This record gives sequence, C-alpha cells and structure tokens, in this order.
Amino acid sequence: MVDLRELYQQVVLDHNRSPRNFKQLPNANRTAEGTNPLCGDQITLYLVVTNDVIEDVGFQGAGCAISQASASLMTAAVKGKTKTEADALFHAFHAMVTGGPNGAIDEKALGKLAALSGVRQFPVRVKCANLPWHTLHEALAGSGDTVSTEEGGSDTPDDPDRR
Amino acid sequence: MRQVSTPLVATRARRDVATVRQDFPVLSGTANGRPLVYLDNAATSQKPRAVIESLVRFYQTENANIHRGVHELSQRATLAYEAARAKLQRFLNAGDPHEVIFVRGATEAINLVASSFGRIRFRPGDEVVVSAMEHHSNLVPWQIACEIAGARLRVIPMSDAGELDLDALRDMLGDRTRLVAVVHVSNSLGTINPVTEIVRMAHDAGAPVLVDGAQAAPHMPIDVQELDADFYALSGHKMFGPTGIGVLYGKAKLLEAMPPYQGGGEMIRSVTFEKTTYAPLPAKFEAGTPHIAGAIGLGAAVDYLRGLSWEWIQHHEHDLLEYATEQLRFVPGLRIVGTAARKAAVISFVLEGVHAHDIGTILDQSGIAIRTGHHCTQPVMDRLGIPATARASFAFYNTREEVDALVRGVQEVRAVFG
Repeated sequence: MVDLRELYQQVVLDHNRSPRNFKQLPNANRTAEGTNPLCGDQITLYLVVTNDVIEDVGFQGAGCAISQASASLMTAAVKGKTKTEADALFHAFHAMVTGGPNGAIDEKALGKLAALSGVRQFPVRVKCANLPWHTLHEALAGSGDTVSTEEGGSDTPDDPDRR
Repeated sequence: MRQVSTPLVATRARRDVATVRQDFPVLSGTANGRPLVYLDNAATSQKPRAVIESLVRFYQTENANIHRGVHELSQRATLAYEAARAKLQRFLNAGDPHEVIFVRGATEAINLVASSFGRIRFRPGDEVVVSAMEHHSNLVPWQIACEIAGARLRVIPMSDAGELDLDALRDMLGDRTRLVAVVHVSNSLGTINPVTEIVRMAHDAGAPVLVDGAQAAPHMPIDVQELDADFYALSGHKMFGPTGIGVLYGKAKLLEAMPPYQGGGEMIRSVTFEKTTYAPLPAKFEAGTPHIAGAIGLGAAVDYLRGLSWEWIQHHEHDLLEYATEQLRFVPGLRIVGTAARKAAVISFVLEGVHAHDIGTILDQSGIAIRTGHHCTQPVMDRLGIPATARASFAFYNTREEVDALVRGVQEVRAVFG
C-alpha cells in the first residue's frame, strides 16, 4: 500500500487550502481554460507575457486538491520565468508525475513542485496534476482554446490515463 | 419500500448475506492489498457465478449465430436466446415477449426511442419533458431528437432534497407534449420517483412515458403493466448481468408504428434495390448479430434474482441505507446529498473542504470502491450548486461491516485533510 501522506504532503494541502495567485488578472494578455470532464476539475489561467517573459500569472478554478495545489504551485514556479524556462519546468514536472513509482525526481529543477511527486504512485491522479500545466502550455501557445484532459495526445504513452 | 422488522427476519437476513456473497467470486478478492469493499454498484454491479458460467457454457457448447442456421447448433443458440427474452418478459411482466427488444444497454434503448419515435412524432413546436435528475443518457438523446425536429425540451424541477415537483409537471403537460422521459431511480441521488403517478398524469395529457429503469431493476420488482409505462429501459450490467446487453420494453402498438432504428441483417423481411420490407417485432429493432451470449447471461441474472426474495433484498438494502445514513452523519462536515423520503440504497455526499476525487483516492487505498464526480448528471450538480459528490451505492450483497469500513475510510479522509 502506498502512503497517502506522500500524495497529500503538507505543501500540497497548504496550497489547496490557500492557493497562491488565486485571482483574475484584468491586464492578462493570455488566458486559457482547462477542464477534466471526468471529475470536474476546472481552472482558468491568466498570464501577462511581455517579451517572452511571464511577468504575472493568476488562476481561478475548482476541483480536487491535486489539481488546485498543482495550479497554485505552478503559478508560483513560473512567475518571472521565460517561456523557455517554463517549458523546461513543464517537461521536468511531466517526467516526474508520469515516471512511474520509482521514477527519478529532478528536485533541483523542480524545487517546490517536487511536493507533487507522490502523484506518480497514483496513476489515475496524474491528469489532475497535469491539467494546469497543459493549460499553461495552451495559454503560451496562444490558441485560446479550452484544454480538456480527454482530448488529444498531450500526455506521453507512459501516462496510464492514455493506455 | 416495504419493511419487515421482526427480529427473526433480521437474523435470517444476515445469514443470507453471507451465503449470497459466496455466489459472487469478485467479492472475496482484494483491492490495494485490502479486502475489497465494493460500493460502486450504481456504476456496475458484480456478477454471480451463475451468470459467469452461463457465458462460458454458451461459448463452449452452443455458440452459433441465431435465426438463420439450419444446423443443430444454431437452433440451440436461437432457443437459448429466445428463452432469455422470455425470462426478461417475465422479469418485467411484459404482456408479450415481442415487446422485449435486446439492445446494448439503457443508453441504446433510449436512443432507439428518441431516434425512431422522435422521427415520426416530434414536430416543430412540440414538447418533450424530462426531469431535473436525468442521467445524461436520458437527456442528451432527447436534446438531439428535439434539435432535429425543432421541438422543445422541458424539465420537471426538483427540490433541494431531490424530489420532483409534480405540480410543475402538471402545469407543463399539454397538447404539445409528445413524450415524458423520466428516471425511475436516480443514480446520483437515490430518489425513487413516483413513476406510477407520473405515467397517469402524462397519459391524462395524451403523452406516452419512457421510464429509465437502469437503477431500479437491481433494487425492486418491476411490473411494466402495472406502471403502465409505454417504454422501459434496462441495462444488464447494473442488474448482475453482463455488460453490453440491455432491454428496451415497449408497448407493441407503439413499437409496431415506429420505423426501424438501424438497418441491416436480421431486421428485414425481404430486400430488393427498389424496396425493403421489415421483419415484425422484435427483429425489426435487432439489426445485425446481437450480443447472443450477453442476452443469455442476462437471462441467467434474472434467474438468479428469482432465486432470491425481493422482500429480503428490499429489507436488507433499506437496513444498509438507514445504517449508513446514520453512521455517516457522525463524520464532521459531511453532508448527504439527496434526502428524498423514498430512496434506494444510494448515498451521495460531500465533505467540507475536501473534493470528492480526493475522498475516492483515499478510500481506494483501503480497498473501498466508490464513485466520485458528477455521475453523468451534471445538471443535478449544477442545480445543487456542487461540483461533484462521492457516492456509495449498495447492492444486496453488501454488509453493515462494509458500511463501517466506509465510515472509517471517510474519517481517515478527515484526518488527512485536517
């Protein structure tokens, strides 16, 4: 049996209870919405991007602790980063949560995001953790579409959701 | 629900549960290394050995296509398939076996009626009535049919407790009403709707009624003639039968007037390039090779249910419902969603500060299987202003000990989230 405390670490519970950057940004120049239709997780992401730098970021949403904490941790992690740096974080995060129970964790690159490492032991929760990141990806790509966890092949083949 | 409360019956009931559980191989298994506590019966029920063995027996000794072979095996398969139809006729107390159409499940049954009946009966300005607590399967097909015909969908409202407002229904019924489609037992709230009364009201307004009985069939005896339902939809897998098989009951007079739903083999009388005539009921609505083994397995499920007593099932499930309702109320911050006076053994709940999905994950670690989410009833969630619920749904093979495990699990959720 896996330890629930690994999934619901204090950092995760804290970010779920008091999400950071939980606000709409009136001056946002990029927004995207992400939904997980199967369980109802939903987030809207607001970005102020200038010269490829994420100057400000906010989100609003409702859903499970994993999706909301992930969104909160993500906003804190990407604020002030360039698009390229944010992409690198996305890849490191994605590798962590889809890497399987014994996958490597790049704690140096991930920083506080490593608090969500427990997700890799809970395959059905991977998409909860990934939802904000896919939404960020969409917002930065700028298509303005709603991201759904049930569409497209954005998760890698080792994501059990896609099997 | 009828209740029997003598101690003698209660004692026998407990003994019966232990015996009954032995009929379901999966129930002695584990999940996440803990004894399985299966409380997701409204999603799908477990299968008794008799059903599993009927599938094996069919494929090992009788497998052939039906209604066309001159050979012995085909005749045996045909007999077994039609015997299953007769069993379902008895189960529903339908007047005639030809009124029992085998389909994939309740969803297909409803789509069949929406498509076929809708094509001949729905016109611009007509109205189709559904209720506020429909599963998407008894809502979306009507939205599609209404869109095609230019008809309007009307919705019977419900109270916060999850009971339909029949006065509102009375007001909306009229000469534009072409059909009323209503769920017998709500999958997300557990409400047992007063379908007899709804049917009577609709008939007074000249409208036929489709009853979605997917969640009723595992919990109570169904008598379509007594209900006077015009259509009744069942899903085999929710009533201890295989997946991929279900039943549409329809009154012969209505089914005969309806055009085919799908074209193909089996459903024709004669085919030329100029004109095709259709087979009589039920073949008209069973195009293609059906799920023969599934129908036989569903027949076996119905036989199995006949071997139990509805009185005992209802008494036992009512006891589980009352016990679980009472025990869960002790958990701080827990609120039960769906508090109708007449309920099947389904408990939806929310826990303050904790999303249903997290409840589901934590319970799963203790081997407890529940459903979390909107339960394919998004309008119900919107109506009650909640994103999702956790739902424990019981069958006659569940026990009070499993309720205790559920309550312990929810208390653990509370402990994790503080």
